[in-house]
Amino acid sequence: MATAELQAEALLTVREESYLLIVWRRFRRHRVALMGAVILLAFILIAALAPWIAPYDPYAQNLLLKNAGPSPAHWLGTDELGRDVLSRLIYAARISLAVAFVVTLISQTTGALIGAISGYFGGWVDNLIQRVVDFMLTLPLLPLLLTISALLSDVTIPGLTREWSSVVIIILVLSVFGWMGSARLVRGVVLSLREQTFTEAARALGMSDLQIVIRHMIPNAMAPIIVSATLSLGTVIILEAALSFLGFGVQPPVPTWGNMLNNAQADMWTQPFKAIIPGFCIFLTSLSFNFVGDGLRDALDPRLKR
Amino acid sequence: MTLTQMQVQTTLDLSTDQDLVVVRDLKKYFPVRRGLLQRITAWVKAVDGASFTIRRGETLGLVGESGCGKTTVGRTILRLIEPTAGEVYFEGRNIFTLSKAELKTLRRDMQIIFQDPYSSLDPRMPVGASIAEGLAVHGIGTPKERFEMVVDLLRKVGLEDYHARRYPHEFSGGQRQRIVIARALALRPKFIVCDEPISALDVSIQAQIINLLKELQEEFKLTYLFIAHNLSVIEHVSDRVAVMYLGKIVELTSREELYRNPLHPYTQALLSAVPIPDPTLKRERILLKGDVPSPLNPPSGCRFHPRCPVATRYCAREEPPFVNIGTREREHWVACWRIM
Amino acid sequence: MQRDGRDILLDVRDLRTYFFTEDGVVKAVDGVSFHVRRGEILGLVGESGCGKSVTSLSIMRLITPPGRILGGQVLFDGIDLLKLPEPEMVRLRGSRISMIFQQPVSCLNPVFKVGDQIAEVFQVHEGVSRVEGWRRAVELLRMVGIPDPERRAHSYPHELSGGMAQRVMIAMALALGPELLIADEPTTALDVTIQAQILDLMRELQRRMHTAIILITHDMGIVAEMCDRVAVMYAGQIIEEADVQTIFTNPQHPYTRGLLGSIPVMGVVRPRLDTIPGTVPNLINLPPGCRFAPRCQARLEHQARLGNRCLEENPPLIHTGPGHQVRCWLYP
Repeated sequence: MATAELQAEALLTVREESYLLIVWRRFRRHRVALMGAVILLAFILIAALAPWIAPYDPYAQNLLLKNAGPSPAHWLGTDELGRDVLSRLIYAARISLAVAFVVTLISQTTGALIGAISGYFGGWVDNLIQRVVDFMLTLPLLPLLLTISALLSDVTIPGLTREWSSVVIIILVLSVFGWMGSARLVRGVVLSLREQTFTEAARALGMSDLQIVIRHMIPNAMAPIIVSATLSLGTVIILEAALSFLGFGVQPPVPTWGNMLNNAQADMWTQPFKAIIPGFCIFLTSLSFNFVGDGLRDALDPRLKR
Repeated sequence: MTLTQMQVQTTLDLSTDQDLVVVRDLKKYFPVRRGLLQRITAWVKAVDGASFTIRRGETLGLVGESGCGKTTVGRTILRLIEPTAGEVYFEGRNIFTLSKAELKTLRRDMQIIFQDPYSSLDPRMPVGASIAEGLAVHGIGTPKERFEMVVDLLRKVGLEDYHARRYPHEFSGGQRQRIVIARALALRPKFIVCDEPISALDVSIQAQIINLLKELQEEFKLTYLFIAHNLSVIEHVSDRVAVMYLGKIVELTSREELYRNPLHPYTQALLSAVPIPDPTLKRERILLKGDVPSPLNPPSGCRFHPRCPVATRYCAREEPPFVNIGTREREHWVACWRIM
Repeated sequence: MQRDGRDILLDVRDLRTYFFTEDGVVKAVDGVSFHVRRGEILGLVGESGCGKSVTSLSIMRLITPPGRILGGQVLFDGIDLLKLPEPEMVRLRGSRISMIFQQPVSCLNPVFKVGDQIAEVFQVHEGVSRVEGWRRAVELLRMVGIPDPERRAHSYPHELSGGMAQRVMIAMALALGPELLIADEPTTALDVTIQAQILDLMRELQRRMHTAIILITHDMGIVAEMCDRVAVMYAGQIIEEADVQTIFTNPQHPYTRGLLGSIPVMGVVRPRLDTIPGTVPNLINLPPGCRFAPRCQARLEHQARLGNRCLEENPPLIHTGPGHQVRCWLYP
């Protein structure tokens, strides 16, 4: 019991360093997280530079060269419509990462907002929101997502083709079911910040509630939100892949790692690498996001540095 | 006389030059909520009828054990928490009836210093920005002028100019408390509530902060409500002292009188329990029985009677009034049947 | 000063406990030597971070990583505890040496009744039955002044007030009649009237059971009321040691003097308190000379005689009188 206190007591160090520098120093020490960050950076670069990197147009069909194996012209061969697998893999990184980032942005922001409202106002508002969160969390996620995606699979959004509508729909569906974690988290943070004396000091100085939220609560809540968002990116990648794999997510010909995995099923035994490679991409990105999230959690933890 | 006229009358009566803060029968009950529907099942009577005045330029010490309500008194008279009942006049104005805008203006005159110097500064904000915050909120000065004021304040509390750009984690507890004091001083208040300002600090640092508070009081003509549990510290800093027990003030008089001639049995026991750093001193100690009862369910009559060494049966039945048994000039307020 | 006398119960020699942290080596205890006689109360005084708690945990061998005991001896009744195999040390803790802490409630297991927790001490160490253990637990609760002990034994820790919980902790600590009790700030978390009760109880039990006590505190008032001898610690070292009268009437180390001058004393009103400038040093980057030198005013007053010695060389602990030791270049 006493050791933690004693160590804190022993660490009465005073050093001049900016906050970001401390975070970076701590993050760097986390080898696995650093590796994750490098891998993610590579994936993001590939996705961003897809038009320049990809050897072929991912949608261009070559019906004369269907289901081809690897060759100098097509490193990873072609698919059942003769499209270049490597190019599709590169473009799929774009879609999968874009879906993950957009879903995370929407769900984490709404979640944070709802959580902040819940924590700050308390009382029956808080009670109501928390019961809704409880309810949402008890729902079996995958079957529900499948059902909803199936129901919405024929819906097309005006101005978009059916395939691109499916991208928008999957983003919306995943967002609707992804906000609860961050709502819980931010509520907790807000509740603990309300207890901190510096918010009371701010009131004594004549600040309004809104000013306190903007100047004190949000900056202090940023660290946990960033961590939760990073972890959520990994989860969304997996969920999107699962839905697309089962055929209820992003529809072909728009490539994602999930529906490529689905496509590769037919040749599973003759050309297993066509399934393994997209699968490996899913595995690697989601794992990297998780490692980076863990690293950030340790690096941003204010308790480590009073 | 109509009711409004009467109120005006009292207000005028109270705005004498001598009294800066007048507290009348202040009550603060906290609800205890239980169950899914968060129904109120009980009330914690943290402050249950406290009346006192704080004179311009003095330090009123408010002393008592944990849970006696002294911190709640400090917060309520600044209206950081809303009262259940009672009135608090600051320079003759009832602060409980002020509008939001009026209250914001009044905040410039009354400030607070907290116990825990670690949680009273925003960890993500350079201390200069923290100190300037009040100035910014009230739109005082340009950013450049505010920075100059911050530097000036830092020097006043014994820190250096370059500290303004640093973050709270780079400071020790004592230094942080100096920063908190600078922040409270920024708006040039008349009145500061010091809520256990030194009890979280190391012994050798406590003296520095006490001396600093005393110097600043002289320089800026400040009035303090000094809340503490340490009777030696209270004696050192106060002009007058109020002793609280379970939400009530049981004794209030000048420092000299209280420490030389304590009348309430609780005050007597409290004073005799203080360990004195003099091994040659042999004292007769009044040991109180049992623990402080819960403010959820305070004892009947005089709240001290279950632990009181001189209580009679009457004490359990009727609550003693808080009366001045001294003179108008040398007041000595006490709430005890044995004294009357 | 006789050091080989048979009445010496605990003899700590040159104890060193460091913490190996990410930021560097924290020399929490750096060459501490002192002794405790049977039946006496030794006060270990100092501010937070001076190493007084780490010293007591080192005696009990309860230091966990990143902390490590690097050297020295802890002779308890002639046996070096630092060399004792762990199973024997386990047997010793709670039976011959026991400890109480600042936060009594957090030291009790929240899911067991206090009666069971005390009974367990007897069951584990003496192999008595559960019923017999319970009976003796109730007896102990009565001894430490808990009203209605039969009923109270059925309470859970959260149902106890701070003062009650500390009484329970004392009961547990004294259950097996230890020869040494280490009390680490036992009343700091308590109110002053409850503190008076607990100190009174400790004094009475100490007199009755003849237990030696190491009382760790930062409150000089408690030291004056409770202790026979006092050791003052600063930055991981003992800087002065003397009997309680001498510490208060003739303190020699500038830090001890400063500490005594900086506390307000009830009944003695002064316009200003003396202060010790600056803050406690960082235990990672300690000054090369005397650890108090950067804050020491006496050093400046005696600059002519001492030169820069204080800043360059750490003074040894020397005898300046019977039982009086000081670590300062001002002496002899």
